[in-house]
Amino acid sequence: MNSARSTPTAVDWLIFLLLLAGALLMCGPFIWMISTSLKPSAEVFRFPPTLLSADPQPGNYARIFSTIPFGQAIGNSVIVATSVTLLQLVVCSMAAYAFACLRFRGREVLFLIYLAALMVPSQVTLIPNFILIRNLGWIDTYQGLILPYAFSSFGTFLLRQYMKTIPTELIEAARIDGANHLQIYAGVVLPLSLPALGALAIFTFVAQWNNFLWPLITTSKPSMQVTTVALASLQGQFNTDWPLLMTGSVLAIVPMLIVFALGNRSFISGITTGSFGGR
Amino acid sequence: MSMPGKPSLGSQARREEGVAWLFLAPSLVLFAVFTGLPVISAFFISFTHWDLFNPPRLALFDNYIALWNDPIFRQVLGNTGYYVALAVPLQMLLGLLCALGLNRGVPGQGVFRVIYFLPVVTSTVAAGLVWAWLFNSNFGLINMGLSLLGASELPKWLVSSRWAMPAVIAVSVWQGLGYAMVLFLAGLQNIRRDVYEAAAIDGATGLTRLWYITLPLLSPMTFFVLIISIIGSFQVFELVYVMTKAGPSNATNTLVFFIYQNGFMFYQMGIASAAAMVLFFIVLALTLVQYRLQNRWVHYE
Repeated sequence: MNSARSTPTAVDWLIFLLLLAGALLMCGPFIWMISTSLKPSAEVFRFPPTLLSADPQPGNYARIFSTIPFGQAIGNSVIVATSVTLLQLVVCSMAAYAFACLRFRGREVLFLIYLAALMVPSQVTLIPNFILIRNLGWIDTYQGLILPYAFSSFGTFLLRQYMKTIPTELIEAARIDGANHLQIYAGVVLPLSLPALGALAIFTFVAQWNNFLWPLITTSKPSMQVTTVALASLQGQFNTDWPLLMTGSVLAIVPMLIVFALGNRSFISGITTGSFGGR
Repeated sequence: MSMPGKPSLGSQARREEGVAWLFLAPSLVLFAVFTGLPVISAFFISFTHWDLFNPPRLALFDNYIALWNDPIFRQVLGNTGYYVALAVPLQMLLGLLCALGLNRGVPGQGVFRVIYFLPVVTSTVAAGLVWAWLFNSNFGLINMGLSLLGASELPKWLVSSRWAMPAVIAVSVWQGLGYAMVLFLAGLQNIRRDVYEAAAIDGATGLTRLWYITLPLLSPMTFFVLIISIIGSFQVFELVYVMTKAGPSNATNTLVFFIYQNGFMFYQMGIASAAAMVLFFIVLALTLVQYRLQNRWVHYE
């Protein structure tokens, strides 16, 4: 809007102050979480509350790793989130290439079926998938945590929308040069789709890192728990040790903040591309 | 053409068709195994009694009748409706206000956008833990702050059947408004500038412009945000699991928690699947109703 580009009015300043107050409210829980994570256990019950402890305890961050296998849980989250992300990039981009660049009978119908799956809440497939994984003997395994997420309708949709914007002349030119479809897919379409692939990668990685219900029901051994599940079980065991719980929360959140800081533009573009295609 | 003797158009199309199915094969297998068949199985499991240890027995409509007569399930539906009815409008309204504010080009808007969006990428389990600590009725920052301000009757928040759900809703608004904001911002930036210029010539400014131009042109995005917020809100689980464990006495038990509870704590796969079907049909019905209604109040440029 061009009116706002000129000198700020009183209304602009009022809006700025409101946004600033809102931003403080949004940040408050993060600040309190970090503050609590550095306190001695007894200090958190003191009234009035303190923001900065006179006796900070950075040792809390070592204590959590000796209390529960939290390092293993973080490692498991990295393994699961990375594998799911890589698999989705391959599987969804292949499907998207077929939908965007190839002609075949049943294309529209199949695409609609994939899209309709977006309306199915994941809890509907939860029980049959749990029974399947259990019958395969995949409880407490990486494949049980990873494979159900190797494909996503959302990812296929996102990439297909993007690939549709690639000029057909580029694909035709490659075909005239004698390239087959695998070469066009890997050599022309994928490199041109890097922004969309990046958006999907960040989006999937964050979603998997934060995923909870599926790993909760398909893991029972502490050594196979992912970060979110380890954090929830920490709560079950030490439900009044707030510094320890807040330490775990900080450690669960910080990696995502880093990922988001590195790729916040492509993350947001991923969300908004999905929405424009939806209308 | 590298091939000698140009192939007929028919055979080329057939080849392309074969290649297409090869590219689709991995997604088709994974879709069938982990989405397609499970949806169908969930439907059939909902007509059985099954504890996973003994073979399933045919139950016909027993599970649905049991749900219908179960006062807890009715409470669960009521709780979920209460949650959706408050969380969705609040998330959308605050998200829209933030987007309108940021779209004016205030100083530091990039920083604001990131800050408002941070809770969206935060693990809900971790966020729920932090807020459970903030809402702790004896030592939480919120009640300590209220008593510093001189309040005497402090709400018991997560252990009070009256205040537990509002607390969960507050957290979900905190976590979800950034998502709505980002979508509204994209919608606002998609409105063409010349529309505003034309409006300025006609003398429309400020609130008039907001009401008669911005909001109608934003309505496709509003509609989209509404649908995904409703669908997302019906699936609330993690916050309830971490903050209240559905308590006190089911005051915050929601549909997905009920499914989890029956399936994985009570091992009643039939009841859990029937409840999952109820969730499925609610989401489906809402989507279809909204889809039909959108033409009435959504304005496309």
